[in-house]
Amino acid sequence: MVNAIWLIMLVIGIVVAAVNGRIEVVTESAMKAAELGVETAFGLIGVMSLWLGLMRLAEEAGFVRALARLFGPVIRRLFPTLKEDSPALGAIILNLSANVLGLGNAATPFGLKAMQELQKENPHPDTATQAMITFLALNTSCLTLVPATIIAVRVKAQSLNPTEIIGPTIFATGCAMTMAIIVDYFIRRRSKT
Amino acid sequence: MSVIGEISRWAIPFLLLIIPLAAFWRKVPVYESFVTGAEEGFKTAIRILPYLIGMLVSIRIFVDSGALELLARLLEPVFAFFGLDKELTAIIPLAVMRPLSGSGALGIATQLIDQYGPDSLIGRLASTLQGSTDTTFFVLTVYFGAVGIKKYRYALKLGLMADLIGLVMSIWIVHKVFY
Repeated sequence: MVNAIWLIMLVIGIVVAAVNGRIEVVTESAMKAAELGVETAFGLIGVMSLWLGLMRLAEEAGFVRALARLFGPVIRRLFPTLKEDSPALGAIILNLSANVLGLGNAATPFGLKAMQELQKENPHPDTATQAMITFLALNTSCLTLVPATIIAVRVKAQSLNPTEIIGPTIFATGCAMTMAIIVDYFIRRRSKT
Repeated sequence: MSVIGEISRWAIPFLLLIIPLAAFWRKVPVYESFVTGAEEGFKTAIRILPYLIGMLVSIRIFVDSGALELLARLLEPVFAFFGLDKELTAIIPLAVMRPLSGSGALGIATQLIDQYGPDSLIGRLASTLQGSTDTTFFVLTVYFGAVGIKKYRYALKLGLMADLIGLVMSIWIVHKVFY
């Protein structure tokens, strides 16, 4: 499906640019995007190293395991395929907490760490496991208590009440997350039998 | 609200303090362990590089060529079909962009908020939508890419479904709360 979407975006983009008589946009965008990819990845190196360093400390201090044990009973219901003391659970919890607090630059390193831990328990290394899919569904539908960026935009646009959208945002994400968990649960149950 | 804001403000300093202290207390060689962990940062960032570039190139061409706008216009009848206000169609480009690119979506949301006003229907909806859905497509590419997963199975469908529900519920709740 990714292959198809990637190709479709590329082909339709080029065709539309050609029809609009602005084919040079394609060249420019492709080059700029490639550069942006490098900037993004290299820009991540610093924060990524910082958080993975701290994560290592947290692991060796027994924090990650303690977190997993604390929230384990709740979160393990969502990940029935994982071992009880799987180190992935701790990383998953850290990632979700960072997401909720809106600490985007901490969330990514924790999330990638969680993926690496999940990959260690994967019998088919090129295929997503159910635990990975559940984790990513949670991750992408996870709520953020304070959507700081958009509030800043609203403040700048002189909103009378910049934070009034927090309630509705939490409600809408909550619905999305709940549905993702429910649908994932049923897919998992069906594919087991 | 201010309580939550304070928590966000203190979270990182707190973690930076408490984790090394706890590790020291557990007799972990703190500095050496930190460095060992940090080493992985570089490797991970480099590992996701090709996936980032591949995806960004395709997305940028799709957006910059005007194909996104075209898709948004094609989706207008779908909105009309569900009996939604014609005014709401202004939100479609944001809804389509949101799963693809975080910075792209923020750009559209900012423009909508400036154009319609932050306290208008479209302004409130754009704000809610921006906060309640994620860059699903992008996140999946990077996270799966980082560990070399090629077959996503139903992950993308599940994530995009959650985004769609986020969109529908955003429209519903904004009407319910403000109008």
